[in-house]
Amino acid sequence: MRIALFITCVNDLAFPATGIAVTRILRRLGHTVDFPADQTCCGQMHANTGYRAEAMPMVRNYVDVFDSYDAVVVPSGSCTAMIRDQYPRLHPPATSVAARTYELSELLVDVLGVTDVGAEFPETVTYHPTCHGLRMLRLGDRPLTLLRQVRGIQLVELGDAEECCGFGGTFALKNPDVSTAMLTDKCARVRDTGARVLAAADNSCLAHIGGGLDRHRSGVRAMHYADILAGASS
Amino acid sequence: MSHPVAPATGDGRIRTPLPFPTAARAAVADPQLRANLHRATRTIRAKRARVVDEVPDWEALRDAGSAIKADVQRRLPELLEQFEASATAAGATVHWARDAAEACQIVVALTRAAGADEVVKVKSMATQEIELNEALEAAGIAAYETDLAELIVQFGEDTPSHILVPAIHYNRAQIREIFQRRMSDAPADLTDEPAALAEAARAHLRRRFLSARVAVSGANFAVADTGTLVVVESEGNGRMCLTLPETLISVVGVEKLLPTFTDLEVFLQLLPRSSTGERMNPYTSMWTGVTPGDGPQTVHIVLVDNGRSAVLADPVGRPALSCIRCSACLNACPVYERAGGHAYGSVYPGPIGAILSPQLTGVADNASLPYASTLCGACYDVCPVKINIPEILVHLRQQAPHPPAERATMRLLSWVMRNPRRWAAALRLGRVGAGPLGAYRERRTGARTLRRLPWPASAWTRSRDLPLPAPQTFREWWGKQ
Repeated sequence: MRIALFITCVNDLAFPATGIAVTRILRRLGHTVDFPADQTCCGQMHANTGYRAEAMPMVRNYVDVFDSYDAVVVPSGSCTAMIRDQYPRLHPPATSVAARTYELSELLVDVLGVTDVGAEFPETVTYHPTCHGLRMLRLGDRPLTLLRQVRGIQLVELGDAEECCGFGGTFALKNPDVSTAMLTDKCARVRDTGARVLAAADNSCLAHIGGGLDRHRSGVRAMHYADILAGASS
Repeated sequence: MSHPVAPATGDGRIRTPLPFPTAARAAVADPQLRANLHRATRTIRAKRARVVDEVPDWEALRDAGSAIKADVQRRLPELLEQFEASATAAGATVHWARDAAEACQIVVALTRAAGADEVVKVKSMATQEIELNEALEAAGIAAYETDLAELIVQFGEDTPSHILVPAIHYNRAQIREIFQRRMSDAPADLTDEPAALAEAARAHLRRRFLSARVAVSGANFAVADTGTLVVVESEGNGRMCLTLPETLISVVGVEKLLPTFTDLEVFLQLLPRSSTGERMNPYTSMWTGVTPGDGPQTVHIVLVDNGRSAVLADPVGRPALSCIRCSACLNACPVYERAGGHAYGSVYPGPIGAILSPQLTGVADNASLPYASTLCGACYDVCPVKINIPEILVHLRQQAPHPPAERATMRLLSWVMRNPRRWAAALRLGRVGAGPLGAYRERRTGARTLRRLPWPASAWTRSRDLPLPAPQTFREWWGKQ
């Protein structure tokens, strides 16, 4: 099976560790993963902010770069939702590759049939299901299924977990007051858990929540769940 | 029907006077308002979830509701003509209003013709939309709201902030204060117990019901094959208005049509569970024209367009007309919960308002509303008629006028990101350029964060640290392998 990694623009620039983690997890499971260098961005920011015409070149580039692969793995629920939910409407030739594009937990659990990736992470962790993964991809508890198999991990439940953190792409910039109010509540719920790590399936949402947690010196680390799954058990 | 020009846009209380972010700022800063909204939306949300979960065919009901409404939208002109014929045959008089002003003129003229200088009102979104109370007042006619929450808002010289619970932004102590200040016959020892407040309103309204000669209502549904109008309510004040006065004037948006009487079986299950979280609402009133010797002997129906034809003309935005005004999306929305209804500027707040108001007025006149959402999708999940609100929000954002600086930035980013070589160079530049920014700290795994940036990036750093480009991009790591 030819698996390609779509790193996403935010991960490539600011969170390369998550891409490295996905590569390590898949290699540990005996798969090779390709990184086509001609990839750029899924175009979600443009499309969702009202710049569809400006998003289209990126949509077409994605199809050109990834159409020949059996599966594309994306460490972002939000970008996966853009590709799977919006691409077929925006650009019908994208329908086929969109259907073969998976968020990491979908690839592991549904396509590769793996729930134990042989990880170890001795920390208390709470999990925030990000909106697009939750409601557009219907990831359900796939990421949690993977996290539950991690050696040494102690998972604690997040209150009001399914409520949006207030990031919403350009929403955080266009509506800073409402976004901050939502962030404040989300950070409070995270701190209520007593966990030392907040995990999620999207580094953009995590940059927002983590940025809030850092600002208030909460001591809670925000991490993509792939970063947790990459830690091998000895 | 073909329109030689684009259908007219609507007017009335559907236009936000301030941009949403500006209007929301005051609400976010008001701890009392935040607490009231937090408590109220969570309570209704939990009730709704409980009663929806107990219906085994809820998803099938949603599909049925959505399909019936789509059918109505496909053949609205034909169904409206059928409704007019049925209602007229049953003894009602049907009037057509293109916009808010025309609808108000018709109601004022009918009230004057009935020789009345006051009307009692059933809670109605359509009359709030066309600002009927203001028009009646200007014509020297007193309009008395009889729904408890609408009465509170009217006494408070305020506007509704929620579709179902117009006074959601007040707590009971504030309501007691409003009653004592404005209700001349309020008991001197009025407490802030909900039962005491309701009883005071009941006693106050009783005289109004018995003396009023004209009532004004809206309708939740208008049934084409029978000419029947339906009002769904909790308090019974609506039924008083619908049965006691001699003349009844019902103001109804043209999208309220249902093809057949049996379609009500779907909507009378969807509506109460979605709105109040009840299995069935206490009062469902139906009236079909005039029944001699029983109820109002003169019945007028004012069918209002006010921008709805313009919404209908857009195949992507059109499902907004399926809305049955249950307000489940308001109660599910984390943005509504923080910003409150007034920030949306329209009688239709929350997620449905963010797609309906800009479509009724034209997007340019309500340009901030399509952005009043994180696209989290909670509204779509709870909508009883499956309106894909996030999809329509994105659709309307394409039509919104964009600030020139934003447009330039987005175009530049698109130019860079559409080309792999340019994108790789930009990543390198970003990574290298972030180095001298200096003030970063190593706080998260592999991420460096910045605490303070100048405008416009200050919108981000006001409340959260900003991650900086990593010392090595992913593609650089990959290249070194």
